[in-house]
Amino acid sequence: MKQRDGGNGTAWQLALNLEVARRLIVAFIRNEFLKVGVRRAVVGLSGGVDSSLSAALAAEALGPQNVLGLIMPYRLSSASSRADAQLVVSKTGIRSLVVDITPQIDAYFERFPEADQRRRGNKMARERMTILYDHSVAFEALVLGTSNKTELLLGYGTVYGDMASAVNPLGDLYKTQVWALAHALGLPQEIVQKQPSADLWVGQTDEGELGFTYRQVDELLFLMVDRRYSREELVGLGLAGHFVDRVAAMVRQSQFKRRLPVIAKLSERTIDRDFRYARDWGR
Amino acid sequence: MALDKFVLALAQIDPRLGDVEANREQVARRLGEARAQGADLVIFPELALTGYFLKDQVPEVALRADGPQLAWLRELSKEIAVVIGLVEESRAFIYYNAALYLERGELVHVHRKCYLPTYGLFDELRYFGRGRRLGGFDSRFGRMALLICEDMWHPSAVYLAAADYAATMVTISASPVWGVGKGELPENAAHWRKLVRFSAETWGLFVAYCNRVGFEDGVGFWGGSELVDPFGQTVAAAPCYEEGLVLGEVDLRKTRRKRLLSTTLRDEDLQLTLSELARIARRTARAAETAELGAADGRRAAQDNGAPPASRDEVAAPRKTAAGKGTSRRGPG
Repeated sequence: MKQRDGGNGTAWQLALNLEVARRLIVAFIRNEFLKVGVRRAVVGLSGGVDSSLSAALAAEALGPQNVLGLIMPYRLSSASSRADAQLVVSKTGIRSLVVDITPQIDAYFERFPEADQRRRGNKMARERMTILYDHSVAFEALVLGTSNKTELLLGYGTVYGDMASAVNPLGDLYKTQVWALAHALGLPQEIVQKQPSADLWVGQTDEGELGFTYRQVDELLFLMVDRRYSREELVGLGLAGHFVDRVAAMVRQSQFKRRLPVIAKLSERTIDRDFRYARDWGR
Repeated sequence: MALDKFVLALAQIDPRLGDVEANREQVARRLGEARAQGADLVIFPELALTGYFLKDQVPEVALRADGPQLAWLRELSKEIAVVIGLVEESRAFIYYNAALYLERGELVHVHRKCYLPTYGLFDELRYFGRGRRLGGFDSRFGRMALLICEDMWHPSAVYLAAADYAATMVTISASPVWGVGKGELPENAAHWRKLVRFSAETWGLFVAYCNRVGFEDGVGFWGGSELVDPFGQTVAAAPCYEEGLVLGEVDLRKTRRKRLLSTTLRDEDLQLTLSELARIARRTARAAETAELGAADGRRAAQDNGAPPASRDEVAAPRKTAAGKGTSRRGPG
């Protein structure tokens, strides 16, 4: 894709005032937690940039002693992921705990040895979710989310797995913005610059699996979702039609992941359809 | 006799969603502080007594503008004049996003928000009735006008305030953060800054803009309340993103000087505007009627008129007003 910055007002618009973004997100976390009377957070640490940034922002908002990072490796997870997660713990000063998920995963798949990588990956994501929620009770905390806007829009995540959380500070930041903010917060370069990976199997990378780079798709998503450019306009800017179509389809097909389960309407006031209250109702 | 000079306070608070009692305490405290610091008039944000994203809570937190539940505010207004936002329940049980002006223990003016944003993250038309009155009113501080948030994004609302000789325009808002980009202010906030200054300088008005702060359902409100004089200069400014109480002087002698230098207000031709509006309303109404006969014919007729086909709704309001059939009333009376 051609580099476009400045002239026709596209690529550069992804640039964020990082100080404003940081200030807003820190205030957001503090507000969302204190409003429900909870001062502590648990967050799953993968060693990647999203969970590292989420943990760092929570440490700033709530104090590092009030943030518990759970490192939950499987036997096939890369050793460097775990080392990077430990690096974030020491850099931010948060608490941490390692829970190896290998026994429970392997015990389960002994019954279903035919399960493919997708089933195994989803199962691991959901096991980690149950561990986070269990520790949220033990630690009197809320689960802090780590999903960014790119993966939420593409549906590149496991529903009720890594997409589950009580409070998500990153959900309105594209991946490239996550990188920029992580860099501005002084997170270690090896974490900010490494290839993003769900680390569910050996050699997996996000961009390899998706078939495009985050920089490419973020610019497309920004123009398509935020600025509501038409397909015709996007192609006119030099984006490949098949790329635009494929991404648009991914966004449409994953809509269910971003909504509560659909309810069959019978009554006059159905939850979330005509019974509408803010989440902050009574808070 | 109206005062030439008075001190105005902007109370940039963080109302609690749906908790009128907690907000009443907060308002009373800030009002006392403003009074202690020498303010004559204190402004609170839009829906300061109720919070903003109320949804189905709207009828649960609504108050009658002249009812006993606001006796405390009338009492406090004996000490200091007040502008405050709340949900008003009318006698017809219609709910309005309203701003009240009280002084000397009495309710003097009610403004019902006319432009209810229903796009993006806003959903006000689902919950509120539309106000039908704009313009100015008399207060002990001279001629004033009240606007609520989106009202001010419509130049016609500012025009009507100026045409009705408001010297001080008070706009209260619950303006959320959206469009964070490269700048220090989100996109909408940067536009607010321009609107406030453009309105003040164009018509030679003081503009008092009072916004809220805090978060509701993850949406932040950016604050940035300010008092701007007729020359577009900042008299007082609250910080962005945090609570504050700031005071500034409204000196109507500045208004006099500005209007001597720039005679836009004096020269504005209301009759020309009126007759042109009537002509344009007639034309768009004709285009709409033709459009109803059939889409193709409508398009042709609209092209003949040089205008896109108007919907019925677009022409309903000017027709009603022209015929004097506006249903809403200003104030509690």
